[in-house]
Amino acid sequence: MIDVIWLAVALPLVASGANMLAGKRFGGRGAGHRSGWVATAAMTASFVVALGALLQLLSLPAEERTQVVTVAEWIRAGAVSVSFDLRVDPLSITMALVVTGVGSLIHLYAIGYMEHDARPWRFFGYTNLFCAFMLALVLADDFLLLYLGWEGVGLCSYLLIGFWSDRPEAASAAKKAFITTRIGDVALMLGLFVMFMHFGSFEFDTVLGHEGALPEIATGTATAISLLLLGGAVGKSAQLPLHVWLPDAMAGPTPVSALIHAATMVTAGVYLVVRSHALFEVSEVALTVVAIVGISGALYGGLASIGQYDMKRALAYSTMSQLGFMFLAAGLGFYPIAIALLVAHAFYKALLFLASGNVMHGLDDEIDVRRLGGLRLDMPWTAALFAAGALSLSGLPPFSGFFTKDAILEVASHDGVVWAYVLGSLAALVSAWYIARLFFQAFMGERRYQGHAHEAPALMRIPLVVLAAGGLFAGIVLAFTPEGRLATFLEPTLGHIEEGHAGPSTATLIAISVAVTLAGIGIAWRLYRPANEARWTSFPEREPGMSAVLGRAFYVDALYGFVVGTIGLRAGEALSRFDRTVVDGAVNGIGRLTTWASGLAPVWQSGRARRYALSFLAGGAALLLFMVVRI
Amino acid sequence: MRTPIAYFLVLSAILFAIGSVAVLVRPNALRIFMGVELQLNAVNLTLVAFSRMHLELDGQILAFFSMVVAAAEVVVGLAIIVAVFRRTATTDVDRASVLRG
Repeated sequence: MIDVIWLAVALPLVASGANMLAGKRFGGRGAGHRSGWVATAAMTASFVVALGALLQLLSLPAEERTQVVTVAEWIRAGAVSVSFDLRVDPLSITMALVVTGVGSLIHLYAIGYMEHDARPWRFFGYTNLFCAFMLALVLADDFLLLYLGWEGVGLCSYLLIGFWSDRPEAASAAKKAFITTRIGDVALMLGLFVMFMHFGSFEFDTVLGHEGALPEIATGTATAISLLLLGGAVGKSAQLPLHVWLPDAMAGPTPVSALIHAATMVTAGVYLVVRSHALFEVSEVALTVVAIVGISGALYGGLASIGQYDMKRALAYSTMSQLGFMFLAAGLGFYPIAIALLVAHAFYKALLFLASGNVMHGLDDEIDVRRLGGLRLDMPWTAALFAAGALSLSGLPPFSGFFTKDAILEVASHDGVVWAYVLGSLAALVSAWYIARLFFQAFMGERRYQGHAHEAPALMRIPLVVLAAGGLFAGIVLAFTPEGRLATFLEPTLGHIEEGHAGPSTATLIAISVAVTLAGIGIAWRLYRPANEARWTSFPEREPGMSAVLGRAFYVDALYGFVVGTIGLRAGEALSRFDRTVVDGAVNGIGRLTTWASGLAPVWQSGRARRYALSFLAGGAALLLFMVVRI
Repeated sequence: MRTPIAYFLVLSAILFAIGSVAVLVRPNALRIFMGVELQLNAVNLTLVAFSRMHLELDGQILAFFSMVVAAAEVVVGLAIIVAVFRRTATTDVDRASVLRG
């Protein structure tokens, strides 16, 4: 199956084209519309191809598990030659399986979720296109193809956030996402330029070195490239300071939030850092920056999530926080754990988003937790599934979060990186706090909504059950210890984690981590239990200081609004005045001068014969004079 | 004793100057015409004078050509003047200035 891995990219692409060109004629009504089934079938087929490639990869000895499949030549210009190569190695196939596996489930779910939409074929055309680009991104064997996928997923993200383009907030959120991530993309592009100047190639083997050999590059250049790549990753993965687009991106349909803004696209940044870890390692500085970006994102996202009443926004900040953990792991050099968390997070965060999608579906798009409550009574399935996702995320053993997120803290402590351990534990406390809060507020207590919330149909529950199973148990299966199955599988690409022996023993750390998680849940219960309902349901009227700060996510958006909207606007107005007076003045002045000068010419051509005669005479005389003088 | 060439040239220059002044200062088309004829003949005189000085016939032949062309020019010029006169009832060349830019 490795030889035909290009099918994994091609199938969603073809299905996307079919849906966008002819989806309207596929027929069927509501959930029976065939466009959704075509899209899901393509994703499932793509998943099967990736699975086949995985099995074939597993049958090979560990050192031969990096296969490059040349599909076609892409660019040939002078000394530059870029071919359309797909790389099948443990890392890329893991990512491809996440994209296609979680992607298939979300597509299946979306068939039910989008049943009332007028144009489902457009939706599925975009999501399939997204998956094709995402697979190109993760399967690419050179940075240029990776960049193609990178920009492609950005485009699809824009199209899907703004899918309900008749809603102004969706349209502006789409623009915000596109422009904010573009800032990071420019950094990435510059990074690629520097890379090409130095290596003369975009290929992974040339740039990143192969078979354990580090790339031959000066530390300074490596730092420059790494930091520019990190700039791209920060934009795509919504880390500080380019995170502002992610919460607004929730204006898109919920399956999009689950697929693009939780499970796959936003993890592209983590993938990029992990993939180019060799460059980051040459430059120690860049790796430290990655860790700092990660831990600040983890804390910031977690704290901001506590203040959100919109369930999807809270989950968006939670995604940011979890991505922060992944960056922290990558920055500390624990690449396999970063990927393990990425995989587990893809499961449980998609699950959480889709569960909140069920709430929206059943309650006419109500998503504000102040007007929810008691949902477990009407939607027991959804409540149970959300609880499963919350348990996985919060990090209670034996669920995924514990084996992935807390593994980062454990290894950090063993390596003696105390600051990462302490701040990470704080972020873990906040994580348990915010996710438990959401559950208590939305699903516990009494109903605070009008009417009856209907439970989601089976079509929208089955994918969630699979995701829940993945979310709960992916950790124990894949990463029982930091050197678990996934880490062993990834070893040919990512190397071995050398775990130190500093700090307290593993057992103590586990006890601390469980205590921290329980403390988070306890705080949430104390603050948000149904008995305290009155304290937070009436916040719009009397929002206390700290909650306002958290709810506005530390006023970063307001700060950007001030910088761009006020200072930027003033500067723009000043420049515009300069343009109107000085630049336009010069241009128009030249125009006026020409008009005036051309007004002088007719004076010469007076139509009076005698003046012409005089001109003749003067000209003849001048000619004679000239000849005389010359001789 | 031959008449020195300078005499001819001075006379020719005087004639040419008179003709030029007539062309430039007189508004009447016919007088302008006469001025032009005077200029042409001044040039013819120069040609003939040089021809005599060099003892060659080229200059005299050219003078004949010049006279023939001048005669043809008079025919065309008078026809134009008549046409203008019929239209505007004047021979004042300054009035015929519709071709100004």
